[in-house]
Amino acid sequence: MMKKILAKAYIWLIIILLYSPLVFIAVFSFTESRVLGNWTGFSLRLYENLFSGGMQGAGSLLSAVENTLLIAVAAATVSTALGTIAAIGVHNMKGKLKNTIQFMNGIPMINPDVITGVSLFLLFVFLHFSQGYLTVILAHITFCTPYVVLSVLPKLSQMNPNIYEAALDLGATPAQALRKVMIPQLKPGMVSGFILAFTMSLDDFAVTFFTRGTIGLDTLSTYIYTDARKGGLTPELRPLMTLIFFIILILLVVINVRQPKQSKSIKG
Amino acid sequence: MDNVIIDLQHVSHSYDGKQVLDDINLQIRQGEFVTLLGPSGCGKTTTLRLIAGFLSPEEGSILLEGKNLKDVPPYKRPLNTVFQRYALFPHLDVYDNIAFGLKLQKVPSDEIDKRVRKVLKMVSMTDYEDRNVDSLSGGQQQRVAIARALVNQPKVLLLDEPLAALDLKMRKDMQIELKEMHKKLGITFIYVTHDQEEALTLSDTIVVMDRGRIQQVGTPTDIYNEPKNSFVADFIGESNILNGLMIKDRRVRFAGYEFDCVDEGFGENAPVDVVVRPEDVQIRKDQSKSMFFGTVTSCTFKGVYYQLFVNTETGYELMAQDFRQFEVGSRVGLCILPENIQVMNTERICNTFEATVVDENHVEFLSYEFECGHADLPAGSKALVTVSFGKVDLMDHQEDGMIAGEVSSILYKGDHYHITVLLDSGDYIYADTQDIWDKGDLVGVNILPQDINVARADD
Repeated sequence: MMKKILAKAYIWLIIILLYSPLVFIAVFSFTESRVLGNWTGFSLRLYENLFSGGMQGAGSLLSAVENTLLIAVAAATVSTALGTIAAIGVHNMKGKLKNTIQFMNGIPMINPDVITGVSLFLLFVFLHFSQGYLTVILAHITFCTPYVVLSVLPKLSQMNPNIYEAALDLGATPAQALRKVMIPQLKPGMVSGFILAFTMSLDDFAVTFFTRGTIGLDTLSTYIYTDARKGGLTPELRPLMTLIFFIILILLVVINVRQPKQSKSIKG
Repeated sequence: MDNVIIDLQHVSHSYDGKQVLDDINLQIRQGEFVTLLGPSGCGKTTTLRLIAGFLSPEEGSILLEGKNLKDVPPYKRPLNTVFQRYALFPHLDVYDNIAFGLKLQKVPSDEIDKRVRKVLKMVSMTDYEDRNVDSLSGGQQQRVAIARALVNQPKVLLLDEPLAALDLKMRKDMQIELKEMHKKLGITFIYVTHDQEEALTLSDTIVVMDRGRIQQVGTPTDIYNEPKNSFVADFIGESNILNGLMIKDRRVRFAGYEFDCVDEGFGENAPVDVVVRPEDVQIRKDQSKSMFFGTVTSCTFKGVYYQLFVNTETGYELMAQDFRQFEVGSRVGLCILPENIQVMNTERICNTFEATVVDENHVEFLSYEFECGHADLPAGSKALVTVSFGKVDLMDHQEDGMIAGEVSSILYKGDHYHITVLLDSGDYIYADTQDIWDKGDLVGVNILPQDINVARADD
């Protein structure tokens, strides 16, 4: 009994530690004070400012948000496609080669972001690539793809190995078999791979910082970094972060609730 | 033979350098129910996958109605497969699983509807069309898998151990249904199984396979009553397999006695394998009519009959069946009728290896340099080495042997076990022993110098 209470208390402690900064930001997004931590009464002013653009540097903040989302969507989409194909390839390999490739797939995930960033930076310079949107997206694809591979692989090993052959047997060309049988089977893995890639891209700082070049491209994380160095965070970031957090929370809840239902109702 | 639908000509195939099919020649007639039967790893599933087109043969060709299938991909072959683990599409319901092939062929939807309902009725799964396939039992899933294949009206239906995952009762029911379906549809069924009883029940023709080769092709009664070699006899049904000596035509010696038999043409004093089914070992109450005598060592009730083991006075153990019960330890008279003795050519009488002479006391074969008594041949010359089965010593630990291997099959021969060992070098060596080994045991193999006979290679 005592053990149970202790275990529960421990879990709650962890949850509180994890979530208190988020709650803190969310609470202080409803006050006007420029200094974080000063409660000057309830107000929706910061939200108003955020949406009306009535704050200093509003344009660059909104374009940073736009860039972040654009890059995240592009990187996640491409890496989902690449990662799924790679996973199918890896799954059909055998023995040593398979292990080697899987090991190599893990390296970009363990590799510190700074190193990935610097090495990509050097690569782009070496290749005389002008840095900007494209390089950031390419860089994000590089570190996102392994996550997709990792989330699709288990779906492949759960799959009945004869399913692809069954589709061929019933008259599907390899392309049709992939589209009509394999992808519906792998969808849950692909969706979670996409979400992982999306969030990895969303909160990346180091890689973006090194590959964005000098054209003044800012994502949310680089914007906040520069903003903070200019002396204190812009207070409007508080409602923005709160909103992002809740949107992602709702997204995750929706996906989690939908998934069990989905497997029953999908029809080809 | 103008009604041959599938023709395999000199088909060979290997995986990772290991030969799994070795020169398979097989003709399957239109409308036949053919079973490929054999232990796991015998090449039966590979054969089926070659026909389906999931693999292409390294050598030889496969003909469908006289047309070579070499460049025809699986999705263009008029064949359909029922897989061992059903391989239904879990994201589709029963109806869409069955309609999958028809939709790809762009069959009009009212036609699809008609055909799907017809096959559903045939596999007695009407009213299940909207069900999710994961919510079906194993037997129901297998019915859907059969329906999904049959709805495309294939010329040949390939079935890869379709009943292996079902429980015994359901398996028996499905066997009967499959047989009826085959009769009604009249299409060719090629069925793969390792279950000899299933093969005997279902097939028009059984193809017994082992180690990538066809051992025997025949009707179930042929295969059971006239096995061609000791492998077939051992694999199909229960049998007493013994070493024998053909004294002359219609006279054979085995188990220490001489018997009249009906076989001829083996020559005089030729070593043979003899098979007697346990139901053909008759136990005589009236001992004056017995041919030989023995002591009952065990008597087990099997439902319809008792299974007995009898030790003969000459030291052989025979399996017999009788409706009566006998006391363990009692002395009984035994009799085997001439027509119930099946004489077969023995596949081998001793181990034979190609070897290279190293020096006068050493010879190399099976990738190992063996010491031998005396090789009367110049160093470096090719030789033929023979080692009798009884002189091959099997050790419990691989490291205790000169060469290492794995027990790949065991054959009881009445007074000893005939063991086949697959060596790490990929060769086989055979050993006769009194010790009991199990399939898959890792063993070391030793041969004493004086037991290695070296002869000049004939070429």
